[in-house]
Amino acid sequence: MSVASDTIDWLTDHAHWVGDDSIPLRVTQHVEYSLLTVAVASAVALPIGLAIGHTGRLRGVAVAVTGALRALPTLGVLTYFVLLSGIGLKAPILALTLLAIPPLLAGAYSGLESVDRATIDAARAIGMTEWQVLRKVEVPLALPLIVGGIRSATLQVVATATIAAYVGLGGLGRYLIDGLQLGDYPRMVAGSVLVIAVALILDGVFVLLQRLAIGSRAALPVRSS
Amino acid sequence: MTIRRPIAVLAAAALGLTLSACGSDDPTSKAGGKSASDTITVGSAAFPENEIIAEIYAQALEAKGVKVKKKLNIGAREAYIPALKDGSIDLIPEYTGNLLTYVDKKATATAPADVEEALDDALPDPLEILDVSKAEDKDSLNVTPELAEKEGLKTIADLKKIDGLKLAANPEFKERSYGIPGLEKVYGITGVKFTPISDGGGPATLKALLDGKVDVADIYSTTPSILANKLVTLEDPENLIAAQNVVPLINEDKATDTVEDVLDKISAQLTTADLLDLNAKNQGSDKVAPAELAKQWLTDKGLL
Repeated sequence: MSVASDTIDWLTDHAHWVGDDSIPLRVTQHVEYSLLTVAVASAVALPIGLAIGHTGRLRGVAVAVTGALRALPTLGVLTYFVLLSGIGLKAPILALTLLAIPPLLAGAYSGLESVDRATIDAARAIGMTEWQVLRKVEVPLALPLIVGGIRSATLQVVATATIAAYVGLGGLGRYLIDGLQLGDYPRMVAGSVLVIAVALILDGVFVLLQRLAIGSRAALPVRSS
Repeated sequence: MTIRRPIAVLAAAALGLTLSACGSDDPTSKAGGKSASDTITVGSAAFPENEIIAEIYAQALEAKGVKVKKKLNIGAREAYIPALKDGSIDLIPEYTGNLLTYVDKKATATAPADVEEALDDALPDPLEILDVSKAEDKDSLNVTPELAEKEGLKTIADLKKIDGLKLAANPEFKERSYGIPGLEKVYGITGVKFTPISDGGGPATLKALLDGKVDVADIYSTTPSILANKLVTLEDPENLIAAQNVVPLINEDKATDTVEDVLDKISAQLTTADLLDLNAKNQGSDKVAPAELAKQWLTDKGLL
């Protein structure tokens, strides 16, 4: 089990906890890239997803587009964006955003679709405007699925944000890419372990958020998804 | 043929000994595609430049009446060196510095002659190198022609003139002896701002250099983009970066006088500029096939 012990040695070495290549710095960078990406992707995908879910229009297009986006190889997209915009934060954030959009979009429109039509009809019958229907009925009822979409987008982005290191940025990908080039396998395993840890912690946060979302609408009737 | 016969017999005997010493009656170990004693199997690593050189070797040997088989595109050193040892290939174009580090992890030689000498000592039987060519494919530090003119940059030592030098290279450059530590130790260049880009001096690295995001970029010396963008490759008078001369690596049992003569003539003529030109034709818009490029080069040099 020398790989395991070498990795533990690497992780517990004080030298790896200070300086400009330290674990706290790389984790912070990694989380920053991930959250920034999910924020940008949410700003794009959630309004579109809600519009599709509310109106029921363009659903076929959304399914096709998200399918196509899912099929994009992120590393190739990243290289393409770097050639367009140069090195820096923009290219990897854009590439990761394309990765995050499909689950966010799907969470939003399928969330709204899961809401019982009778509930929506009732809301309209008591005189709510379309905007009120969306804001006060559909979104609260769909919240668990919307949060679920954000959750799966975040997981994918955290796991893939390692590619930022490919074009000169930091994050936990540095340990993977530098470790590979230098044949420093404990460093690579440690990097992977850290990515897994960050992903699990963030996922845990979303489990709590989803519970809260379910709790907030517990009194309301909803068709199971 | 008559001269070679005893060598072939010896080789067969040696092989028999090796096999029996291993106590191996595994059928696959014998069926490694070993070529007949009068046939030479030319291999190549899995990248275009190496394939072009292998084609040059193969076509030149064929033209002199040597029976040639080709097994090109055999991945990396970890795959083709064992193939050379077990006789499934007999000849492959190699690069002196990297080959030396492969056979001797602790090697420190960097100057071309030192590397060649160290290789002669370190190579395990039955492998040997023939004459070394002047052509090199290695890490090289490049600047834009504008910056070179403005700051008067000719050699790596001149980089001292730039405060807070910004450099892009593969990530290992940060820790390897030819990288940041070497710049400080050999040329006294400190305070380098390093941008690791993992494309081996490819398009992203080039873009960073041309955009002025970095001052210097590490690009392999035979990359067509150096020519296309008129980049200035900084000279390395202190041999910071180990020599990577192209050299035929051969199984000594197959290195007959004819074979050696043909390959030595190629090595005498092959230059880094030739490699740049061949790579540019192969990777540029024309996409000329390696075999065709090899034929052209041999014809131009009067070797066919």
